[in-house]
Amino acid sequence: MIARRREWWSQYTGLRNRGMNPSGFHVSQIKFYVILIPLSALMLLPIVYIISSAFKPPDELFAFPPRLLVTNPTLKNFTDLFSLLSTSGVPISRYLFNSILITAITVAASVFISSAAAYALSKKKFRLKQALFAINTIALMFVPIAVTIPRFLIIESLGLLDNFWVHILPVLALPVGVFLLKQFIDGIPDDVIEAAQIDGASDLRIYWRIILPMITPALATIAILTFQAAWNNAEISTLYINTESQRTLAFYLSTLTSTTTVNAVAGQGIAAAAALIMFVPNLLIFIILQRQVMSTMAHSGLK
Amino acid sequence: MGTSTIAQEQVAQERARTGWPGFGSALRDWFNREGSAYAFLAPYSLLFIIFIIIPVAAAILLSFTFFDAVQPPRFVGLDNYIALITQDDTFMRYVLPNTIQFAVIVGPGGYALAFLLAWMLAQLPRLPRTIFALILYSPSMTAAVAMAVVWKTLFSGDQTGYLNSFLLTLGVITEPVQWLQSPQYLMTIMIIVTLWSSMGIGFLAMLAGILEISPELYEAAAIDGMNSRLQEIFFITIPSMRPQMLFGAVMAIVGTFQAGAIGVVLSGSNPTPQYAGQLIVNHIEDYGFLRYEMGYAAAISVVLLLMVLFFSRLATRLFGGGS
Repeated sequence: MIARRREWWSQYTGLRNRGMNPSGFHVSQIKFYVILIPLSALMLLPIVYIISSAFKPPDELFAFPPRLLVTNPTLKNFTDLFSLLSTSGVPISRYLFNSILITAITVAASVFISSAAAYALSKKKFRLKQALFAINTIALMFVPIAVTIPRFLIIESLGLLDNFWVHILPVLALPVGVFLLKQFIDGIPDDVIEAAQIDGASDLRIYWRIILPMITPALATIAILTFQAAWNNAEISTLYINTESQRTLAFYLSTLTSTTTVNAVAGQGIAAAAALIMFVPNLLIFIILQRQVMSTMAHSGLK
Repeated sequence: MGTSTIAQEQVAQERARTGWPGFGSALRDWFNREGSAYAFLAPYSLLFIIFIIIPVAAAILLSFTFFDAVQPPRFVGLDNYIALITQDDTFMRYVLPNTIQFAVIVGPGGYALAFLLAWMLAQLPRLPRTIFALILYSPSMTAAVAMAVVWKTLFSGDQTGYLNSFLLTLGVITEPVQWLQSPQYLMTIMIIVTLWSSMGIGFLAMLAGILEISPELYEAAAIDGMNSRLQEIFFITIPSMRPQMLFGAVMAIVGTFQAGAIGVVLSGSNPTPQYAGQLIVNHIEDYGFLRYEMGYAAAISVVLLLMVLFFSRLATRLFGGGS
C-alpha cells in the first residue's frame, strides 16, 4: 500500500516529466504556474473588461465605483450598436459587410500570391534567387508607418484613392508571410519535386498538387497573419477612403473611441460591443489553427 | 555558374545550327529556364515594388527636397538632415530621448520577457501550454482601435476611471489623476501598454524554437555535469535556437518602432501633452500630415528606417552566423 502510494507520487517528482515539452504534471512545474497564472490574469484583464462591458446595462456602465465584472448581462449594447447609424448615416451592418468582404478577398489572395512567390524562391533555380530572397529578408525590418507619406503619394498617383482595392493590395505585400512560407517549403525534399518532373508534371501542377497540400500548416499561418492585418485595419479607411460606405468596421470602432473624451462612459458599452465583435473572429481563428501556427513557427528561423 | 555555361553552350549550338546570332532563341532559352520562376514571383514582386520599394525610394528622394504637397519638390541637398540635427529643438529635446527611452525598455525588455515566458511555457504539458500561449498572444491579435477603448476607460482621468477609482479606494491618491494627459505618467503608461501586447509572432517563434530542441542535448549536458538551469539556457537553449532568437529579435525591433503611434492614440492629440509621449513616428506625422513639410518628414522617416536597420544588424551580430 505504502509502496504503491510512493509510486504514485514519484510519477510527479521523478525525472520523466521534468524539462522541456513534458507529457504531464510534475512538481517542478509549480513554480511556473505560480508566475504564469497571475501574469496571464493581468494580460487578460483588458479582454475581460471588453467582454464584461459589452454586456453591461447602462446603470452598471455608469456605476461608481466602477466594477469590472457585469452582474446583470444584457444584449442592449449590441442592439444599440446595430440600430445606430454613424454620423454620416451608414449603418454598422455596412461596415461589417465591407470588413468581411475585404478580409476574405485579402486572405485568399495572400495565401496564393505569397505561396507562389515562396515556391519560386525555395525550389526554382534562377539567377536572382539569392538576391531576391535577401531583399525580402531585409524587408522584414520594414516599418510601414515610417513611409506613410510616400505611400500616400503613390496610392494617390495610381488612382487608388477611394478605390475598393486599396483595402486589399497594400496588405498583400507581406514580407514575413513569404519568408515563413519559403522556410517551410525548404523543408520539402527536392526528390519529391524531381520525381514529379520526371513524370512530366508542369511547374503549375507541382505547385498546385504537391507544394500546396504539403504546406497547409504554413498556409494557415499566413492566413491568420493576413486576417489580422486586414480585419484589424482602420488606417487604410482613415487615410485612403473618403466614401463613408466604403470604410471598415475597425475604422468605425475608431470613430466610436476617438470621440470618447467627451462621453467616455456613455459610448463605452457600445464601443465595447463593437470591440468584442472585432475580437471574437481573431480568437476563434487562432484557436482553430494554433497547431498549424506552432508547426510553422518551428521553421521561422532567420539565419 | 554551371547553368550559365550550359546556357552559353546552348546558345552556341543554336547559332551553329541556324547560322544566326540567336538573340531571340537566347531569350526563349532564358524564358524556358527561368520564366516560370519569375511568373510565380510576379504578382508578389509587383505589389512588393509598389508598396515597399517605391515608397522607401521615394522617402529617400524626398528627404533631399523641400516639398509642401502643393508645389513640385525643390532639391535642397542635405538641408533637411542638417536642420534635423541642428535646428529641430523638439526633436533633440523630446523626440529622440523619448524614442530611445521607449525603444530601450520596450525592445530588449519585451524581447527578454517573450523569451522567458516562452522558456517557461515550453516546460509545461501541452494543454496548459496552449492555453497560456493563447492568453499571452491574445493582445497581439486584438486590433489597436479595440484596445484604445480599454485603455481610455482604464486610465480615464475622472473618478470613474478604473485605475483612479481603485487607487482612491485604497487611499493611495486623494483626487483623480489625469493619467493620459499628464506628462509624467504618459510615457510609463505607453511602455506598459506596449509591453502588454509584445508577445507576438516573435514569441510564438521562440516557443516553437525551444520545443524543437532535441531533448538529447539536455541529457548529454546533464551527463557532462551541467546542473544549473541558467547554464542550460545560455549553453544549450539559446545557441540551439539562434535562428528563432534572431527572428524574434527582428520582430521585436520592428514592433517597437511600429508601436510608436500609441502615445497619440492614448492622449488623443498630436503633439502629445508637452511632448511627453512624442516618438519619432509621431514627429513624422506631425511634420508630414499636420504641417505639410513632406521633405522634412521624409528625412525623419529615413532616419527611422536606418535606426531599425542598425538595431537589426546588431541583433544579427548577436545571433547570426553560427547555427
